Amino acid sequence: MNGITTLILFPLVASLILFLVKGEKVRNVLVKLFALVVACMTLIVTFQNFGTGNAYSYQNEEVINIILMVLECLLAGYIIYLGIKNKKYLVSVFAAIQAPLILWFELTQEKGLEVENSIVFDKLTAVMILIIGILGSLICLYTVGYMKWYHNHHKEYKERKSFFFAVLFLFLSAMFGLVLSNNLTWIYFCWEITTFCSYLLIGYTKTEEAKNNSFRALTINVGGGLCFAIGIVLIGLKYKTLEMSVLTAIQPDSAILVPVFFLCVAALTKSAQLPFSSWLLGAMVAPTPSSALLHSATMVKAGVYLIIRLSPFLGTTSVGAIVTAVGSITFLLCSLIAISQSDGKKILAYSTLANLGLIVICASVGTTESLWAAILLVIFHAVSKSLLFLSVGSIEHQIGSRNVEDMDVLLKVSKRLSLYIMIGIAGMFLAPFGMLISKWAAMKAFIDSNHILTVVVIAFGSAATLFYWTKWLGKIVSNANLKKFKKHTFFIEEEAPIFAQAIIVVASCLAFPLISKYVLMPYLKEVFQTESFVLIGASDIKIMIFMLVMLIVLPISFIPFYKQSKRRIVPIYMAGENTGDNESFYGASGEVRQVELHNWYLKDYFKSTKLLFWGNLVSIVTLGAGIILLIGGLAK
Amino acid sequence: MLILMVIGIIILAPLVGGLLTGIDRVITARMQGRQGPPVLQPFYDVIKLLQKESIAVNLTHRFYIYLSLFFVVLTTVVMLSGGDILLAIFALTLGSIFFVLGGYSSHSPFSHVGAERELMQMMAYEPMVLIAAIGLYYVQGSFFIKNIIGTNTPAIIYLPGIFIGLIYILTFKLRKSPFDFSMGHHGHQEVVQGITTEYSGKDLAIIEITHWYEVVIALTLVFVFVASKSTLTVVLAFVVCALAYFLEIVIDNAFARMKWQFALKSAWLITAVLGIVNLLILSFFK
Repeated sequence: MNGITTLILFPLVASLILFLVKGEKVRNVLVKLFALVVACMTLIVTFQNFGTGNAYSYQNEEVINIILMVLECLLAGYIIYLGIKNKKYLVSVFAAIQAPLILWFELTQEKGLEVENSIVFDKLTAVMILIIGILGSLICLYTVGYMKWYHNHHKEYKERKSFFFAVLFLFLSAMFGLVLSNNLTWIYFCWEITTFCSYLLIGYTKTEEAKNNSFRALTINVGGGLCFAIGIVLIGLKYKTLEMSVLTAIQPDSAILVPVFFLCVAALTKSAQLPFSSWLLGAMVAPTPSSALLHSATMVKAGVYLIIRLSPFLGTTSVGAIVTAVGSITFLLCSLIAISQSDGKKILAYSTLANLGLIVICASVGTTESLWAAILLVIFHAVSKSLLFLSVGSIEHQIGSRNVEDMDVLLKVSKRLSLYIMIGIAGMFLAPFGMLISKWAAMKAFIDSNHILTVVVIAFGSAATLFYWTKWLGKIVSNANLKKFKKHTFFIEEEAPIFAQAIIVVASCLAFPLISKYVLMPYLKEVFQTESFVLIGASDIKIMIFMLVMLIVLPISFIPFYKQSKRRIVPIYMAGENTGDNESFYGASGEVRQVELHNWYLKDYFKSTKLLFWGNLVSIVTLGAGIILLIGGLAK
Repeated sequence: MLILMVIGIIILAPLVGGLLTGIDRVITARMQGRQGPPVLQPFYDVIKLLQKESIAVNLTHRFYIYLSLFFVVLTTVVMLSGGDILLAIFALTLGSIFFVLGGYSSHSPFSHVGAERELMQMMAYEPMVLIAAIGLYYVQGSFFIKNIIGTNTPAIIYLPGIFIGLIYILTFKLRKSPFDFSMGHHGHQEVVQGITTEYSGKDLAIIEITHWYEVVIALTLVFVFVASKSTLTVVLAFVVCALAYFLEIVIDNAFARMKWQFALKSAWLITAVLGIVNLLILSFFK
């Protein structure tokens, strides 16, 4: 049994064991152990296969296919039952169409199709499994700490921790399977498992809202799965192949764009682009580890991963233009909506949507430069966003709220947590961190390929982005006075993964020239048969590394000045006489008035309901135009 | 050699910026029928500020100003040595964000309002600045300023729309009416001193010096559009910079401060229209 198979199957075994173990202490130890094993195995498998890549098939694939078919039927049956029982009939309809379709296909047509390589490991796979394995195991470790206090703070939720951990590891297994598989039916199976895991995790708290949101996620993603199935069937029937690698080698023409379009729609649902975004926004009711793992770092990346794989068919084709348009609309509108949000997790959710939109744009523009930017964005976004979600989770634990308006006391509550979230936010948009580099590359890639409107969209989106992140940062550096405060332990299981991820954010930024040289360029060379290109020059890279070093060194150098500062500290200027506590002043007739400082939310301009309505409308029209273009292309 | 150039830029740029600020004050005064201060007044002001006691509201808010100065200086060095204009813009954004964070970190009401307004100003002009850099790359084939001004044709020939947009947002960058709602340079401010309310003495002096660098950076952006290989265009570029600066002074004196709603809407509208039209027309010729 080789490394890759173990990597896929081990989390499955771990999941089963964790589900059965009910004792808290034993289970926590097991989770930490399993997480460590997963991380180590990821590293081993990467080292083993990175240099030359790998591609093979299993001996008894017939058996595997039969097992998968049975499991698919069981899952579909369960989903149909769930839909009917909870009166969410649409999901039952989707599942009822999807399952027979793929079953018919597998039982009749699939027999004649040779699968040469059902597992393929290339450089892109390496990037994905590192993200899944390293970030995933850190998040599982964090969950141990998180769950220690979660049910104490929320006594109204039923405790199902074994279930939660089991689903997390099941999800990891499915994600590994998804990115390692080359057989489209296997990818599809893993895709559906991740959908199901997402449904289970969102519904964890069993509140009315959680139930509705979990069904919304299930419905939209099963609908996407239906599109995926249609795509597979069309490809299998017409092009007689089940392999992703074979598919992407076919020359683009109007006929193949039809199944590609279906696959892209599936990817857009998984990555929650407009008009399919509501499920991701609703998923924020889930406990924070699932938001970090599924809904920012990994599962939603599966959608953009698929689009990256399909990029040879995008670019200047009609499908490429449509997907670019959808990505652009999502990026622009979600960046603007994030300005009006004050719930920390909602801001992170809209930011995730926007950045996924950007990755979608890069992948669908399809040039070597834009794909370079796309993969870099995948890496840096996963790393920064999971750090942010974990930090917000711990902040919620410490101060009892995840509203940005309440985070001005954070510096007094926990200096370390403040530092971690500052690194996370900086990593999302500031020079010289990774996301900025990726956006830079993206802008250059778009203008090089004459995508004028997309460049303008990025310019506006970047402006909106800097506004909402900086105002959040502003709250964190406010250092407001702390009133009565109940101290909560910052568990080591919470802090260690956050700390590790903060290090990864900084290190990955320093290491990005190496990532480019040893991972991205060889991958792009394989896919496009082009020579290496330089997107960001060496002198620029040196200046950026200098900036990063200075960002670390300068604040540290201020510490001696801070410690022996002999400055006279005076009260804040309030235009009325400050009462002395820096929070209130003597107003008219000597009355004491409180000062409250709130951020701007610009709800008149960027209200989510209004913008989402227009965004959904425009993107639905765009997708409709795509269908018309496809039919037109076929008719020619 | 490189070290000498860097040191030269670091020392000379604020002197030029300060001088320009002084000239601004004299011309403004004459427009208002006053005598005006001596041209070197900004330098006298900074020297006076450095001698004053620096009081603070907490121990940390001044360090953001030092960080801001560092990155603004870095931006100036990158720009004036012909470096990558997009990297310079990102470094400038970093410096400006530290300035904004300084305003937040004092937790003081007028400072807080000023910081939000400053951030709003940044959001208003950022798209135009990015589009200007992209436009320059599109026509001149490089992001590096030394290459942009080393071509045969000045960029403004191909980018008239974007140039006009740049002049529009220059008012934001030079902190002039009608778009100076974050801090009061001239003492006519409804949020007291806005983002600089809680700074005094040495820190206020550093803020002043940072703004001198920013004047040079803003005018360099204008310069880059007009200069090219021939010396005539370089001379012309200096003239255009002077005219643009004079235009900003006129606008400053002619208009009252507008609200942030107008600032944001007008800046974004102008950016979108001029940016898209200019670039689309260019893309047809490519």
